[in-house]
Amino acid sequence: MDFQVVVLAGGTSKNLLPLVSKEVPKALLPVANRPVLSYVLEQLELSNLKDLIVVVEGEDAAIHVGGWISNAYVDRLHVEVAAVHEEVGTAGALRAIAHHLTANDILVVSGDLVFDVPPGALAAAHRKHNAVVTTMLCPAPVSGPTESGSSGGKDKIKKPRRYNIIGLDPSKQFLLHIGTGAEVEKDIRIQKSILRAVGQMEIRADLMDAHMYAFKRSVLQEVLDEKDEFQSLKEDVLPYLVRSQLKSEVLFSGVPQTEENGNEKVSSQNNQAVVSRIMANASTPSFHELSSGYNGSTHVRRIHKCCAYIASESRYCQRLNSIQAFSDINRDVIGDASHLSGYSFSAHNNIIHPSAQLGTRTTVGPHCMLWEGSQMGDKCSVKRSVIGRHCRIGSNVKVVNSVVMNHVTIGDGCSIHGSVICSNAQLQERAVLKDCQVGAGFVVTAGSEHKGESLARK
Amino acid sequence: MDPRRAPRTVSDPKVRKVGFFTDPPDRSLPGPPNHPISSFPTSPPSTVDNSPPSAGNSLSPVMIPPPRHSSSILSPLRRDPPEFFPLPASPTASTTFSDDVASTMKGRGVAAASSSLPGGLLFDIAASSVPASGLTTVSVVNNLPIEKGGGVAVEMQDDQSSRSKSLKEKTTKAERRALQEAQRAAKATAKAEDGKTPAAASGAAASVKSGKSVKPPPSQKNDSAALAALEKKAGDRPPEKDRKKEVPQPRMQFDDKSRVEKAKRRAVVKQTEARNRVELFRHLPQYERGTQRTELQSKFFELDPVHPAVYKVGLQYLYGDICGSNARCIAMLQAFQEAIKDYSTPSEKTLARDLTAKIGSYLSFLIECRPLSISMGNAIRFLKNRIAKLPLTLSELEAKATLRSDIDRFINEKIILADKVIVKHAVTKISDGDVLLTYGSPSAVEMVLLHAHELGKQFRVVVVDSRPKLEGQLLLHRLVGKGINCTYTHVNAISYIMHEVTRVFLGASSVLSNGTVYSKVGTACVAMVAHAFRVPVLVCCEAYKFHERVQLDSLCSNELGDPDVISKIHGREDINFLDGSTNSENLQLLNLIYDATPSDYISMIITDYGMVPPTSVPVIVRDYRREHLWI
Repeated sequence: MDFQVVVLAGGTSKNLLPLVSKEVPKALLPVANRPVLSYVLEQLELSNLKDLIVVVEGEDAAIHVGGWISNAYVDRLHVEVAAVHEEVGTAGALRAIAHHLTANDILVVSGDLVFDVPPGALAAAHRKHNAVVTTMLCPAPVSGPTESGSSGGKDKIKKPRRYNIIGLDPSKQFLLHIGTGAEVEKDIRIQKSILRAVGQMEIRADLMDAHMYAFKRSVLQEVLDEKDEFQSLKEDVLPYLVRSQLKSEVLFSGVPQTEENGNEKVSSQNNQAVVSRIMANASTPSFHELSSGYNGSTHVRRIHKCCAYIASESRYCQRLNSIQAFSDINRDVIGDASHLSGYSFSAHNNIIHPSAQLGTRTTVGPHCMLWEGSQMGDKCSVKRSVIGRHCRIGSNVKVVNSVVMNHVTIGDGCSIHGSVICSNAQLQERAVLKDCQVGAGFVVTAGSEHKGESLARK
Repeated sequence: MDPRRAPRTVSDPKVRKVGFFTDPPDRSLPGPPNHPISSFPTSPPSTVDNSPPSAGNSLSPVMIPPPRHSSSILSPLRRDPPEFFPLPASPTASTTFSDDVASTMKGRGVAAASSSLPGGLLFDIAASSVPASGLTTVSVVNNLPIEKGGGVAVEMQDDQSSRSKSLKEKTTKAERRALQEAQRAAKATAKAEDGKTPAAASGAAASVKSGKSVKPPPSQKNDSAALAALEKKAGDRPPEKDRKKEVPQPRMQFDDKSRVEKAKRRAVVKQTEARNRVELFRHLPQYERGTQRTELQSKFFELDPVHPAVYKVGLQYLYGDICGSNARCIAMLQAFQEAIKDYSTPSEKTLARDLTAKIGSYLSFLIECRPLSISMGNAIRFLKNRIAKLPLTLSELEAKATLRSDIDRFINEKIILADKVIVKHAVTKISDGDVLLTYGSPSAVEMVLLHAHELGKQFRVVVVDSRPKLEGQLLLHRLVGKGINCTYTHVNAISYIMHEVTRVFLGASSVLSNGTVYSKVGTACVAMVAHAFRVPVLVCCEAYKFHERVQLDSLCSNELGDPDVISKIHGREDINFLDGSTNSENLQLLNLIYDATPSDYISMIITDYGMVPPTSVPVIVRDYRREHLWI
């Protein structure tokens, strides 16, 4: 279908700092014991997209990611891994691999996306309108544990975060305005010309830009070339394209059709004009054409279209770009959106690997995952948590709403609520953790209590 | 409005006039075309020959009646149109062909895989400020393409059958031999199918060699069946023995459960059929638009065999972004042009065969998006014919170039030039002070109006429109933009506005050989009101849209649109009273797309062959067919 797929897998993100490290870049963070990148890759594979370019920030990270992909997807995917410098941003990353892009349209997917929206839908919307950029919008996730109000004992009520301010046309197909990140709290500036052309704009705050885009390659490359200062797709390139859609500055190098037929040049051009007029009259014009044509103005305004594809509510789509999102996604993948994980759940709605050993009177509740070789002592209780490989958990341990990665040792009598414990960490006896992140290899001393802290080796 | 009403069928031949019959003298049309029309023979009808299908002169399903039978055209039912002799489903070799196709696809898939980025690229390119990066291939696929060869095979056969016919006509000896072999092959395939053995390959080979006429499976969708019918007629009349076979299959009837099931299995896109359908129209396909769209979209990357350009056009059909038969036809042809440009013949295949199969698969995709219009059917028939007629000596590049220029020529000659001629003719019918009425947004009529305006004629236009598409508004917008005086009204007010109208110009999706005009729903109503008010009705229609089919009503062949668009009014949530009850068993929504206007209500058809009365359509169909094929 003439699409090239670029997966932006990122590097070691600062937002996730105690969790990620040199050895575990963001793309390899485990979500239900699978690297987060695997969710993207498998979704793409489902859509028959097997030629991928994975862009990773930093050489070391690239080696790790590349090594993992070659192990996991040998014979299944044709993946090329490109390493780019850190801190170049998403736009910079694309700029660095621009010379590898050849197809007409480029599908750019963020590597930290956990989703089950078919990418084909986005691509179809893109093709249908011949758009310059099409972005996927999904319902903004409600962060925080959903049903743990009583057990978690939450003391502060979380407001649903506002991710984006998005303006749509009445048919909900075209993107008229997009405000991202920092702009959200400020006043919204909307261009009059666009508003005048459309007549009516719907402003939504409940949608999130899922960071999955389809770009027209020629336009993308041109924008990247000309606007050196653009760092991020989401905050620079996309708003720029949306802003300038009625007074397009991009040259469509592909658009002027090359007429090879040398004979009867004049008449054929004349006929071309008639054909294009018939076609234009037959199709229902979008506001772009209405605003540019028909006014009797001789100079044709250059326009391009920015489309949006809104994923339906029933689909799951979330980005792993914060620690909160990390625990949310882990919870969802083994809970509400369990079809994503690819595992089959037991009758108790949990997964306990056959090689895991449970002590007496130890309960593992629903929406839990206990992976291979892990041992648990007596009288433990696990609720809505993921426990990785080869963990040693003592007796009388409570694990609620948490993620425990691989090779973690937890002493007797520990209590872990809403925390993330990275690989090789050690919790000595009677440690109490609440909403904490424990970095890889960190040792939590016996009897210590922590709340809302980020613990990591300095 | 029921076209089978009494006044038509019992029209007194002495009173019935063909062509223009304007009673008020001030409204009579000036100009020469009156004379040839008035001289058209209107002799009383003799007994209509009710001969059985074996009669010699009934070979062609659509007869050009001899002049003394001129009015017998009105009763084509008695002329044994082929649709009334459905054949039992005959065993076909479709399974065997799909194997071939599958291997084609596989070949393509591999090629695609190898043409991707070369692995291990380590370019040192200074791309602006950012240091270039190298790509490292870390894993390689064994590509396992998924192929869907179902729909393809059918088209291949269609092609063969049409080709085979031309073979057959050469000598009677060869003809007999071919027939014999065909029967043998048919038997072989029947046996193969009975035994459910994959050994049908040999049968297929035999059928290829013998060039027997394989009928398309009956469950192919509507228009491709019609298409097949078209192609059957491509050759001249087949010998008597073959005639039974030549009768085209009836169109796919969507109320026939088993066939629908079969067609579903073959479909590229899973579609859910709408539940509450009007009883009378159960035989027409109707799908839940919502599911169809999401299904099609999410399958985007899986529809590998469909060329992107074709896919885009299909999507635009589905969403109604392109409507109007000229535009749809042009869009399709241009998409095929793109597809041919990117086409390369796989090894061990011939271009003619493989490309026909490819086009066939595109076509079945397009049909799933929206049933083909008759104009598109004709265009496809032309294209397939061109492919079949390609000389074998041509290289692939030359062949592709030839085909693309053929398509260009078709668009230019059959649509654009035809429109120009139509404009030239029709403008003579517009005089100062006229009030012209048009319905919808027909492209040809729009050109006529604009040209007449450029010539400085003083006239006024009444644009009649109808829900749900309200295409007339766009036409109105453009006409007013050019400075033409316009009146805009909906079809409800047609009887009121008709008082002041002096001419009615209509567009058509097709003109059938009994003079019936097949056009946007509501056209018949406008034409009948105009007839009642003695206002001449002129239909502008390019000759490539003519079809030899005979249709008496708009029931047996029509298209159902999205029922939601008539139950909902966009942007008016306050009056969406039907919202809750659309799923109720008691409510059936009917959104018909086309209707058939009986020829009685048409004064004249303006086509690129001149201005003709509707009774002359068969002549054009007959002559044009031949010329059309050898364009």
